[in-house]
Amino acid sequence: MAIIQTRKLTKTFGKIQAVRGIDLYIEKGEIFGLLGPNGAGKTTTIGMLCTTVRPTSGRGIIAGFDIARQPTQVRRNVGIVFQDPTLDTILTGRENLQLHARLYGLPSSVRKVWIDQMLELVDLRGRADDLTKTYSGGMRRRLELARGLLHRPAVLFLDEPTLGLDPQTRARTWEYIRKMATKEQTTVMLTTHYMEEAQAVCDRIGIIDAGQIIALDTPANLIDSLGGDLVEVCAPRLPLEAITALPYVSSVKLNGQVMEISMKSAHLHLAELLSVIPDVVSVQMRKPTLNDVFIKLTGRDIREDAAQNNGGWVEAAAKYNQRGR
Amino acid sequence: MGISAVWWREFKVFWREKSRILASFVQPMMWLFLFGSGVGASLSVDGINYRDYIYPGILTMSVIFGSVFFGLYVIWDRKLDVLKAVLVAPVTRISIFFGKVLGGCTDVIMQVAILFIFSFLFPSVNPWGIPQALIILMVSSIALVSVGLSLGSLMESLEGFQVISAFVVFPLFFLSGALFPVDERLPRWLASLVKFNPLSYTVDGVRGALLGISNAPFYINLAVVTLFAAIMLAIGCVLFSRMK
Repeated sequence: MAIIQTRKLTKTFGKIQAVRGIDLYIEKGEIFGLLGPNGAGKTTTIGMLCTTVRPTSGRGIIAGFDIARQPTQVRRNVGIVFQDPTLDTILTGRENLQLHARLYGLPSSVRKVWIDQMLELVDLRGRADDLTKTYSGGMRRRLELARGLLHRPAVLFLDEPTLGLDPQTRARTWEYIRKMATKEQTTVMLTTHYMEEAQAVCDRIGIIDAGQIIALDTPANLIDSLGGDLVEVCAPRLPLEAITALPYVSSVKLNGQVMEISMKSAHLHLAELLSVIPDVVSVQMRKPTLNDVFIKLTGRDIREDAAQNNGGWVEAAAKYNQRGR
Repeated sequence: MGISAVWWREFKVFWREKSRILASFVQPMMWLFLFGSGVGASLSVDGINYRDYIYPGILTMSVIFGSVFFGLYVIWDRKLDVLKAVLVAPVTRISIFFGKVLGGCTDVIMQVAILFIFSFLFPSVNPWGIPQALIILMVSSIALVSVGLSLGSLMESLEGFQVISAFVVFPLFFLSGALFPVDERLPRWLASLVKFNPLSYTVDGVRGALLGISNAPFYINLAVVTLFAAIMLAIGCVLFSRMK
């Protein structure tokens, strides 16, 4: 059963087409990653799906409700964790959840129990009654995750959930996300700049560029689409025709004296490949990653984008720290 | 649903910041005792000691400053993304707006209540008039929190704060007759400015209730202030709904 379904979802801001006809079909319980360079339309797409941005055209259905015509029902069924922190720092962790419970109309009979359960899930019970301005970055993120899930939404949107956290905290945050997705049977749609993490956590990945989905599959299939393993050979003369004639070579790319060869089962065929290339200087073999898929499809390295984006985050963090009225 | 949630939040915050409650009480007391007693030493109005005479005006002042600045705080909330999580909740913008208005109104009325506790220090004040005074102050507070929220939803940064303070808050206060009687002795230009300030009717209403001297009957004063509140609520609803 599809929990998120869109048809030709489009958003234009003046003359700029931010999102150009996106079709998605996401099943219940799936963890779906939306990856793309900065300005590709990720945040706008998520904005439309959680009804904060009005689509210019096209349709979107979430948990059976139309995003344009039934925004209130859609909102009740989605949870959101924003890229920038949005906790109320004058309130304690528990009070933040209480405010959320009230805003989402949770009956007072279940409020206390659900809040305790969520605090337990993100290991914040011991600090629940401290003001959130005393929390560390990782704790704030966890509390935001707990808040996003408190009203038991069908879909949880996570916009860069681990941006700006240290590697250890990032790993733990993903652990929580996976745990919650399994336990609550929540569908998760996320954006991230960390390719290895997306590869590890997502069931399927959509790559978005210039407002369009340009690839959509499981991480394993996306990587397989590159045509197997990557072998980099450095040699003074590279016989292009002889190499491409080999049946297991799927594609080659030449950068000066270095040739990048995509081939199936490199561990079996490497010796034969090297036998057709004279005077080999060096050889390197590796398994391709999602980042290679990303570079091939968008022509950009997502890590360059991440570096830019981090500047923005530092600003947001600085802003966040001087919070409090 | 949205109204009570936002109201609850504002109340929690108010309760947490007890120093603000104290500050909001000290300032009017200084006006009454340091300014009022000073001027009162050589001046009385209609046979009432000046310090007692400005008691209704200072109550109104507390409402003006407290309400408008409460509303303007929404700029701060927006700047810090505190509102972002609230704005994606399944509640209407208008209910969030009303929650804020009620929150601000509660805030201000609590401050006023503290000042009422000390009304026994002002011999000319009739304590039986307090409920009536409270009603008109509450309606005024609703109007002024709406003014603050409206201005706040239009402003992008806190830099406009000083401008609002200089061109909205202080004129509203000085031109309300809070510190002087509004009668034929006033220069004509000043009298007409005072007449067009809706808060003049608040001051007159409170003065009538507590001191028994007023220009207009209470129901007229209350009607003017209620109309003002209705208009400001309507404007606030529209602006708050459009806010980015």
